[in-house]
Amino acid sequence: MIAQKFEYTAPRTLDEALHLLAAGAKPLAGGMSLIPMMKLRLAAPEHLVDLGKLKDLNYVREADGALRIGATATHTDLESSPILRAKCPLLAETAAAIGDVQVRNMGTIGGSVAHADPAADYPAALQALEAKLVLKGSKSERILTAADFFVDAFTTSLQPSEIICEVIVPMETAGTGTSYQKMPQPASGFAIVGVAARVRRSAGKIALVRIAVTGLSNRAYRAAAAEQTLEGKVGSAAETQNAAALVSQGVDANSDLHASAEFRRHLAVVHAARALTVALARTA
Amino acid sequence: MASTMTQTETLVGKRVRRCEDPRLITGTATYVEDIQMPGMHYAVIVRSPHAAALIRSINVKQAKVAPGVVAVFTGKDTERVGQVPCGASLPGLRVPHHHVLATDRVYFVGHPVAVVVATDRYLARDASDLVEVDYDVLPAVADPEKAQVQGAPAVHPEWPDNIAFTFHQEGGEVDKAFAEADVVVKQRITSQRLIPMAMETRGVVAEWRGADRQLNLYTSTQIPHLVRTLVAQMLGLEENRMRVVTPEVGGGFGSKLNVYAEEALMGFVAMKINKPVKWIESRRENFLCTIHGRGHVDYYELAAKRDGTILGIKLKIIQDLGAYHQLLTPVIPTLSVLMMPGLYRTRNVRADIVGVFTNCMPTDAYRGAGRPEATHGIERMVDILAGELKMDPAEIRLKNFIGNDEFPYQTGTGLLYDSGNYAAPLKKALDNVGYVKLRQEQAEARKQGKWMGIGISTYGEICAIGPSPATPAGGWESATVKIEPTGKVTVMTGACPHGQGEETTFAQITADELGVGIDDVLVIRGDTAIVQYGIGTFGSRATAIGGTALYYALQDLKAKIKKFGAMLLESDDVTFSSGQVICDRTGKSKSLPEIAAASYRALKLPANTEPGLLSTRFWEPPNFTFPFGAHIVVSDIDGETGQIKIRRYVAVDDCGNIINPLLVDGQVHGGVAQGLGQALWEQAVYDEHGQLVTGELMDYAVPRAHMMPWIETDHTTTPSPVNPLGVKGVGEAGTIGCSPAVVNSVVDALSRLGVRHIDMPLTPEKIWKLIARGKLK
Repeated sequence: MIAQKFEYTAPRTLDEALHLLAAGAKPLAGGMSLIPMMKLRLAAPEHLVDLGKLKDLNYVREADGALRIGATATHTDLESSPILRAKCPLLAETAAAIGDVQVRNMGTIGGSVAHADPAADYPAALQALEAKLVLKGSKSERILTAADFFVDAFTTSLQPSEIICEVIVPMETAGTGTSYQKMPQPASGFAIVGVAARVRRSAGKIALVRIAVTGLSNRAYRAAAAEQTLEGKVGSAAETQNAAALVSQGVDANSDLHASAEFRRHLAVVHAARALTVALARTA
Repeated sequence: MASTMTQTETLVGKRVRRCEDPRLITGTATYVEDIQMPGMHYAVIVRSPHAAALIRSINVKQAKVAPGVVAVFTGKDTERVGQVPCGASLPGLRVPHHHVLATDRVYFVGHPVAVVVATDRYLARDASDLVEVDYDVLPAVADPEKAQVQGAPAVHPEWPDNIAFTFHQEGGEVDKAFAEADVVVKQRITSQRLIPMAMETRGVVAEWRGADRQLNLYTSTQIPHLVRTLVAQMLGLEENRMRVVTPEVGGGFGSKLNVYAEEALMGFVAMKINKPVKWIESRRENFLCTIHGRGHVDYYELAAKRDGTILGIKLKIIQDLGAYHQLLTPVIPTLSVLMMPGLYRTRNVRADIVGVFTNCMPTDAYRGAGRPEATHGIERMVDILAGELKMDPAEIRLKNFIGNDEFPYQTGTGLLYDSGNYAAPLKKALDNVGYVKLRQEQAEARKQGKWMGIGISTYGEICAIGPSPATPAGGWESATVKIEPTGKVTVMTGACPHGQGEETTFAQITADELGVGIDDVLVIRGDTAIVQYGIGTFGSRATAIGGTALYYALQDLKAKIKKFGAMLLESDDVTFSSGQVICDRTGKSKSLPEIAAASYRALKLPANTEPGLLSTRFWEPPNFTFPFGAHIVVSDIDGETGQIKIRRYVAVDDCGNIINPLLVDGQVHGGVAQGLGQALWEQAVYDEHGQLVTGELMDYAVPRAHMMPWIETDHTTTPSPVNPLGVKGVGEAGTIGCSPAVVNSVVDALSRLGVRHIDMPLTPEKIWKLIARGKLK
């Protein structure tokens, strides 16, 4: 359990960090995924750039009609943020469901999202929220939707010398309710399945519904068929069940020691129904 | 922390906070990894990635010249080191030759093949990647039932049937019992392979002082003296020139009741390089190369009368031994046989064990060591019988318990149960949990389609192991008590507590016997240069046997103290009480410090009395002891996800007299935690190539605080007549009582689906599948 030798730099500015990355160094944030991989020698970066010391990357604020979260904000920061609890409870709730207290104190939203573990929790929440990600390189800056960002298991649209700088979540309209429901794998705490639901009622009918599923497949995804079934409906228990039933369709399901593909599909349906039920109740 | 020389309040029976804890919770205890020595080198072991292979060649040239490397050793270099010992001697036992480093072939993933020694651990780790081993991979077999099939890969070529031993034991008239039975229930029951998962992995520091021919071995162990004797033998060293020191140990649970290749190997390395060397096991190595627990496939048959009277039991155990024998590997399933009848009266028993080789890490003692398996089996069978006969599971147990007036009770397996009152903890547990009301609630819940279960387990256990003829290396224990000239007391126990708390409980006993304060007593263990030969701590024996040796040593000293007191007070009529010898006639007294000083100054000595105050006793137990109890679990199942929530956990345990209730609670909590781990979450899984699939804590779910139910502990007290303390033992009882209570509750919840047994661990998927199938009916 000993990593290979590596250089370590803790720059004081983001520009310094981006230059080092452009020269081939790899970013380190909370290290909750990277360090274990290095100790198992599954990864052997020669040079690590510690982004954790960059204070101007750790923030939660409201600006320009959106919530903006700095990439090195920890899960604990998000879980306890008064702004998020009031204005984006889904993100706070999802952060609280990650790992355990020690992991949440160290792990960051940027690091977790960039790692793109198929069983991670944020990718479901971010897609349900229709969030965007600000990506920066030493000479570039671009914005991608969360949906476009997650490509495959542990694979994202990040270019080699880019990092996530910020997560942008549009301000929520009144009458929206959200919920994140998860079945944790008892050893790792990752999601066997996790479902994030976001619904808005208007004049008694469901005006918006977003359902995102993680853990089931190679990446988190929006359950479009389920969403379409619920749009315009009242949101009765039966309608919710019918929508949830569509959540695992057309997707290749993972199978491993902890759950078969069949069980995962079933769990996704159950957790989708629960997430939708709670989210609908919260639209009041 | 007052330090008093006289003490009037007794400490035995009180919830005294532990003497160990200040150093443990301030991080100032010394574990083997904390040991630093000038010139210390580091060892990394190269291990086989294959479960079965021939070694064609090993090339260490590149590794030898890597930065910082001072030596690389392979099996050729360690040829003369003795084999890793197996202490079991069963008739016809086949014992594979197992060397500290593999020679011509490997037979489990993790098998040590080479050791790289460097000036720091990082360079050693890097260099270990440069050792090139050319393997001829062979087919492997990881399942004990598959290993017995004709044509299965042979773990050891000399024994193609993969059978290490068979064992048969019977008592009473089993065939007659089964012939007369109204009902016979049969069930296949598994106790799955487990990883003991001590928080501290294994580790060794070895230091060779060549000029003195002295080897010092610091190792995280439960049996320092036995390690000394056996490793000295392996290395061809004079036993008295080897010292084993046990630093603080971060948990053992039986996994450190052993002699491991690495202990001898580090001694060998230190002697070769003439520098101290340290090896610390990584967690991954710990999963692969520290012994595993359990590994049973059991076939049970229970014969009974229609009124619920159990007439006889048949048991076939298929024991997954692993690829070779560690110290007690073949013995563990024989302990299951001993306890197969549990608390029940029947003496008609028949057991057969087949010990099977597999290309896996050996199994050996893990908290309970054979008794959790036996208890799980019999308690499941009694519930299955109760279901068959439509009897209440508490009633059928009460009906079959050995009666209070029948002790000591000779069992059909050759044991003499010391004392018991089996109905008492069961009745208390039923009362504490509110059984009648719960059954009513359950009836309602069933109508509403809910899955609520109540599970009972009444367990018996054999511990305080044990009478020497019944153990591989002796089962007595030793104690030395020294009173220094200033009256302070030092206890040296041959037991080797590693979390159990005897530093506190032995101080309590000593303080009460001598009338001193608990802070005036120091309890030392684990250093073979300081402590007289001892057997060690395992099998819940330290207090029952070690505490008794201590007790007798204390009685010797009390007698001598009285003699000196009588001499100093010039009177034969004296009493020793609360740290004073008092003249009955005049009321004058001498304190213990005064007496101690006098005994060492020796200005005058009583007749036939030597100076000093020191006594050493070795106590041989005449029997094991037999704790017992009842655990009741109430569980609720989420029908959609199969998740089990334990609503109530009630434990009523009888471990005889209790020295420190705080520590007993702790033992029950820890034991139950590990029992829950087996019942609900843990399983060491090897795939068909012998690869350990659950190789990391990411995939092996050890219970953590947020997963634990609240454990409601209670006790009954039935002293043991086996020792003067009346103590039975409690270290393993929690684990033994737990798993059947959990499984019984879940089967009870699902009984309306016709479910009568589920194998552990009770994963959500297993439960969901039963419910989903049931809905289709």
